[in-house]
Amino acid sequence: MAGLELLSDQGYRVDGRRAGELRKIQARMGVFAQADGSAYIEQGNTKALAVVYGPHEIRGSRARALPDRALVNCQYSSATFSTGERKRRPHGDRKSCEMGLQLRQTFEAAILTQLHPRSQIDIYVQADGGTYAACVNAATLAVLDAGIPMRDFVCACSAGFVDGTALADLSHVEEAAGGPQLALALLPASGQIALLEMDARLHEDHLERVLEAAAQAARDVHTLLDRVVRQHVREASILLGD
Amino acid sequence: MASVTLSEAEKVYIVHGVQEDLRVDGRGCEDYRCVEVETDVVSNTSGSARVKLGHTDILVGVKAEMGTPKLEKPNEGYLEFFVDCSASATPEFEGRGGDDLGTEIANTLYRIFNNKSSVDLKTLCISPREHCWVLYVDVLLLECGGNLFDAISIAVKAALFNTRIPRVRVLEDEEGSKDIELSDDPYDCIRLSVENVPCIVTLCKEEACSLASLLVSVTSKGVVTCMRKVGKGSLDPESIFEMMETGKRVGKVLHASLQSVVHKEESLGPKRQKVGFLG
Repeated sequence: MAGLELLSDQGYRVDGRRAGELRKIQARMGVFAQADGSAYIEQGNTKALAVVYGPHEIRGSRARALPDRALVNCQYSSATFSTGERKRRPHGDRKSCEMGLQLRQTFEAAILTQLHPRSQIDIYVQADGGTYAACVNAATLAVLDAGIPMRDFVCACSAGFVDGTALADLSHVEEAAGGPQLALALLPASGQIALLEMDARLHEDHLERVLEAAAQAARDVHTLLDRVVRQHVREASILLGD
Repeated sequence: MASVTLSEAEKVYIVHGVQEDLRVDGRGCEDYRCVEVETDVVSNTSGSARVKLGHTDILVGVKAEMGTPKLEKPNEGYLEFFVDCSASATPEFEGRGGDDLGTEIANTLYRIFNNKSSVDLKTLCISPREHCWVLYVDVLLLECGGNLFDAISIAVKAALFNTRIPRVRVLEDEEGSKDIELSDDPYDCIRLSVENVPCIVTLCKEEACSLASLLVSVTSKGVVTCMRKVGKGSLDPESIFEMMETGKRVGKVLHASLQSVVHKEESLGPKRQKVGFLG
């Protein structure tokens, strides 16, 4: 995509956003009645659905049970019709397995697993042209919907670097252009990082700026998710007649 | 998919109720639960639909791609079905657990579409023996609340109705090599006529306590295209005929209401508020 300007001279990106602006986020909790917790999030054109089952007895081999903590199990799958070219296998391929492992690492840092020893928590994410950030945000809402205690929200955002400016929340076009991309999952209250991942080369002088842009974007996401959760609780308590 | 185990007394209670034409949730024997259908929910596809039938949630996406026609049918395009049972439906579907159910449903879909009248495959042909449209119909099972086959067939029909295939022209060069030109206008496309696409109606004596059920696939005119018995028990031949008649009756009503809903949605045009999962 040579010739496609990711950042114009006036500071506008391909889709008209400014460098630090997020895409439009819409989210809803409690999408499925049968699961313990579920949530749906739309970040621009990316749609992610997360479903949580648990805590429940360990399925399969009892030997995997940890005596003092819960086991967090994640699976990521993306719909075959989601990307431009039809994908053959929805899950089981390497990228999906890797995403699943990353999600697991992120949520083990956030969920208070000591409270549920010898149990298992399943997080299933279904993404539509997914990126890691949307999946993590959806999974956070789903875990909250299931009532599983967490240390803090986990908010994720991606960031890139073009022409000396750090861009927050990359869209598909910007990702495909092939600059450096950073994925960050943050626990906003404490400012601690649950997961940090970057592909491609970036000079270490720029790392500070990109990290700061991603962290700021993650905090913005946190404000939005917080609003969604409060709205959901308000609706639920109205229905219960409190 | 029934995760509730019933005691014998409960089963007897349900069966008695059914004999009085009254089911557990107050419906009559031939009534469906409330169905929500929405089309064009996924932007990357040629056509898509989402169906919510009680607790069952299905998402179908149709992608049209160019391919070569099959050898025995050089003038026709074809449909490929793929069913993915997502792990979000139940934890047993994690990993490869959902593959068996997925293959079973996909095979059933192939069979009901296998006849000449369901979808006019000749409209999918671009140039005989060389190019044709292949429609990849992908079904995503998000939640299982019973009555899967019906919901899937409704969703497939709605998605096919929503599918827009771009118009192509074949240009011939002097050397004889063919060039395919895609029309520039995104609204210039052919639509499939889905009048004859069948819907599956599942009949049984109350799913949680029946041992066998009958799947009948019926078109809008009441023609039966495929019939299949599933389950561990055995059925009486008379009950099979009775079930088929019921299936035809119910199927006609289902088709009529589906057509009206989908047409109404269509007539709202591109300004329609897309709800998707947010509603």
